[in-house]
Amino acid sequence: MKKTSTSVLPAGGALGDEPLLAVDDLHVEFVTRQGVVKAVNGVSYSLNPGETLAVLGESGSGKSVTAQAIMGILDMPPARIPRGEVRFRGTDLLRLPEDARSQVRGQRVAMIFQDALSALNPVFTVGSQIGEMFRVHRGASRRDAEKKAVELMDRVRIPGARQRVHDYPHQFSGGMRQRIMIAMSIALDPEVLIADEPTTALDVTVQAQIMELLAELQRESNMGLILITHDLGVVADVADKIAVMYGGRIVENALVHDIYRAPAHPYTKGLLDSIPRVDQKGQELYAIKGMPPNLLAMPSGCAFHPRCPYRQDNCVTEAPPLYEIGPTRSSACHYWREVLDGSHG
Amino acid sequence: MSRYIIRRLIQAIPVLLGATLLIYAIVFALPGDPIAALMGEKRMDPNLVTIMREQYHLNDPFLVQYWYYLVGLFGGDFGTTFAGVPVTDIMAGKFQVTINLAMTALVMEAVIGVGLGLYAALRHGRAQDSMVLASTLVLISIPTLVTGFVLQLLLGVKVGLFPVAGVTDGWRSYLLPGFVLAGTSIAYLTRLTRTSLVETLRADYIRTAVAKGLPRRRVVGRHALRNALIPLITYLGADLGTLMGGAVITETIFNLPGIGQQLFSSVYLREQSVVVGIVTVLVLIYILANLIVDLLYAVLDPRIRYE
Repeated sequence: MKKTSTSVLPAGGALGDEPLLAVDDLHVEFVTRQGVVKAVNGVSYSLNPGETLAVLGESGSGKSVTAQAIMGILDMPPARIPRGEVRFRGTDLLRLPEDARSQVRGQRVAMIFQDALSALNPVFTVGSQIGEMFRVHRGASRRDAEKKAVELMDRVRIPGARQRVHDYPHQFSGGMRQRIMIAMSIALDPEVLIADEPTTALDVTVQAQIMELLAELQRESNMGLILITHDLGVVADVADKIAVMYGGRIVENALVHDIYRAPAHPYTKGLLDSIPRVDQKGQELYAIKGMPPNLLAMPSGCAFHPRCPYRQDNCVTEAPPLYEIGPTRSSACHYWREVLDGSHG
Repeated sequence: MSRYIIRRLIQAIPVLLGATLLIYAIVFALPGDPIAALMGEKRMDPNLVTIMREQYHLNDPFLVQYWYYLVGLFGGDFGTTFAGVPVTDIMAGKFQVTINLAMTALVMEAVIGVGLGLYAALRHGRAQDSMVLASTLVLISIPTLVTGFVLQLLLGVKVGLFPVAGVTDGWRSYLLPGFVLAGTSIAYLTRLTRTSLVETLRADYIRTAVAKGLPRRRVVGRHALRNALIPLITYLGADLGTLMGGAVITETIFNLPGIGQQLFSSVYLREQSVVVGIVTVLVLIYILANLIVDLLYAVLDPRIRYE
């Protein structure tokens, strides 16, 4: 189905220099009783059509909050966005009036969530939840919407789609539920799909199937995919580039093969070293020491310094900028050269 | 489904037996003699008393009396009063009044309670929300006896907006008593609705609905409301019994000839068969209301299945 371009935004087509989606110096804060929590502190990344960007980080690193800011589904208040831009095809979504924004949300930029059981409404059939996209955004009739829902369920390979379209979410297995979530999100052929930990709640074998499905759907439609995860193993095969987040900042940007070959930030290195490997069987598994930072009381200087094996005195006082260390690469570490060399050696 | 309904109805039998036995025993244990109460201050003919005691099995042991009553009950015979009037005749008209009253109250409770609750929930944490919460607290704190008399005086006598008492004005007679009866229930339902909707609006599937780009009207009115309604149905169903049983005070204030008034005077006169008859029907209504609620549950929440 071709998009009916009723919004103020430019339709698909040539993009020129502007990426499909660009997050620029985004800041997100939460006002709480204990104080202002700075969840995202100047995050920038960009995405082109057909590209997969993996956003990597542990819980509380700000990766999901960034995604919710892009979608415009943060609860404001308590959340607020004091600075930054989210440009979709050159238009800043954050400055867009709500009615124009809702033309983008779900239709041109869509999102899937981690736990499909709680993310699907328990009291409506999966068919009606998928079909709702066509009913609300395209004015389709009930029958047409159901037909589309069956087609989509076929497309995400749910067996017996025609019979199961009238089933409820709880009647499906975890993997099938996530497929329904995916079917719903790709219903209107979005240009950007954000997947927030899409496989975390699933069995390992099912994880691989879901990742394969996402990659395949992306190839067919040339959409940009943002894959949010804490699992480096998941991204290796599907991602083009990786943004590693720590304490609300991006600490390393790189193409996927570069980062696996030689990480340029001690946190990335720690993450890679903590993946279990067959050739290290019997040895103790590496773990990054210490705890993720408390967002209410961020460490001075570099947020990673209390846990960092490369720490020098200036790391405690001086927050490192995101150093451009190559044409497609940046690292927020004063000692990225040492980290890079150490990785090679 | 139909097997479930049949099983539930069979389960109702011991409940009914227990309830009637209990009420029968309580009235039996009351001090005073029913025949003496019937005669009041008049001097009694001892022969007549003996005949009446014989006729109503009053000389038999408790369980034998109860047995006679049960046998009649299963034949659809609720017995007669000591004056010889069939209990079913007494109940028919009275129950109509009380059911009118309880239904008026229930509709008011549902409309006002759910409406106010939704209003408060959608303005969660703001001034209007606090105002609704404060006024429900006031409503809960004031006894029905007070709201009843105050509203009767203000709106009935002074302003003349509603009939003061009695049932001679058709459905309008039930408006004020219905509101008084529903008072505390409205307050509780408002709070329950508010909590339920606020909770539901935090659910993951609501975030999904927003991310789908649905208009807020649809997110709240369809995705949230349908889920938030489920606990409210239970409360409303259970409350129907409370409303019917709680009508005694309201019926007395507004002089409505319902079962509340009847129950009161029958207990006073030791009219065992009337008291037990009314309670039996009340228990039956309560059981049926709960069954309907449970069945509605399955309609509203597809995760619930009855085998």
